Amino acid sequence: MNEPSAGNPHEDFALEQRLGTLLRGGVIVSAAVTLIGGIMHLAVHGNAPASYHTFRGEPETLRTVGGVIAGVLRGESIAIIQLGVLLLIATPIARVLISVIGFARERDWLYVGCSLLVLLLLFFSLAHGG
Amino acid sequence: MHALTFTLLTLAGALLAGLVGALTGLGGGVVLVPLLTLGLGVDIRYAIGASLVCVIATSSGAAAAFVREGFTNIRIGMFLEIATTVGALLGTVLAAYVSSSALAVIFGIVLMFSAAQSMRQRVEHIAVTEPGTLGARLRLSSTYPVGGRIVSYGVEHVPTGFGLMFMAGILSALLGIGSGVVKVLALDRAMHLPYKVSTTTSNFMIGVTAAASAGVYLHRGYIDPVLVMPVVLGVLTGATLGARVLARVHVKPLRMLFTAIMVVLALEMLYQGLTKRI
Repeated sequence: MNEPSAGNPHEDFALEQRLGTLLRGGVIVSAAVTLIGGIMHLAVHGNAPASYHTFRGEPETLRTVGGVIAGVLRGESIAIIQLGVLLLIATPIARVLISVIGFARERDWLYVGCSLLVLLLLFFSLAHGG
Repeated sequence: MHALTFTLLTLAGALLAGLVGALTGLGGGVVLVPLLTLGLGVDIRYAIGASLVCVIATSSGAAAAFVREGFTNIRIGMFLEIATTVGALLGTVLAAYVSSSALAVIFGIVLMFSAAQSMRQRVEHIAVTEPGTLGARLRLSSTYPVGGRIVSYGVEHVPTGFGLMFMAGILSALLGIGSGVVKVLALDRAMHLPYKVSTTTSNFMIGVTAAASAGVYLHRGYIDPVLVMPVVLGVLTGATLGARVLARVHVKPLRMLFTAIMVVLALEMLYQGLTKRI
């Protein structure tokens, strides 16, 4: 069971701890941003009718990272909520990125390769929409 | 309905979904999508978009606690994430061709299966990695803590697990769920990892899988910020409360109740899908 080729559990563990802290921080920050944007939005548009029964799709500005950032800079509350959403989507991506670095430090090239492949797929999805 | 009323109702529903998700160990998605579509009349595409964002939130939030305890096997997670992310990207392509009614039917089936799994007795096993197998070549064996002791475990049937993870990725993207049930099936039943390692590694993978399809759906306009806001905040609060409750009380009766709710939701999704109401 204890094969000599097994990964070093101690280094893995240190990496895991860093991951855990990063993830919790990311979730708290994105929830806070979402809440702020939400309150700003409802304070102005709380009485507007809500309808999600038919799918219309979001406007172009809320569909891309660049569009959202531009909206935030214009002070749009909806864009601020969407920034919180983007930060949330970024937490698992950051998790994979840190894994790449952690495995590279251990010179575990097989797993550097695995994590890099996953990272590429995630960037592809976010940048090009699949 | 006014935006404020809708937001508060959604917040309450999402809170319940987060609570149920934490107590059944299934994550919020499987309950959230039916609640949004059946209860609040939200189009299933918006519901799927919002649910995926929540899946990421609960996965990242819970992982913080799990990884600290040393149960998660990052190597296994990372290797199998290749299968789930490719599956998820394929799922987003398929989603463009599947009607809302068909999605509701598939959802009902998965929900029914999830309810059955949550009632299943778990079997604890310690597998041994056979030399020369894929598991040995990928160095997937590791250790985990059991009552203060460090126990070694191996892994079996890696190709089967990889295939199931690919399926989990497709379902995750198609339905906006974490597919935790299929992931645990792959890790626990196929690859024979210890149960605690299976559930935490599954949770670790869920966020990455969901991020792959969430990126695509953002581009397709499925992710509505005003809908997502109460959903994410509600699910996170519900999941946090659920984790507290889980640590304190005997949850068997609660689990039975929630499983019954899931069966009802499953039947309703099937009915609405088959009669083309969704």
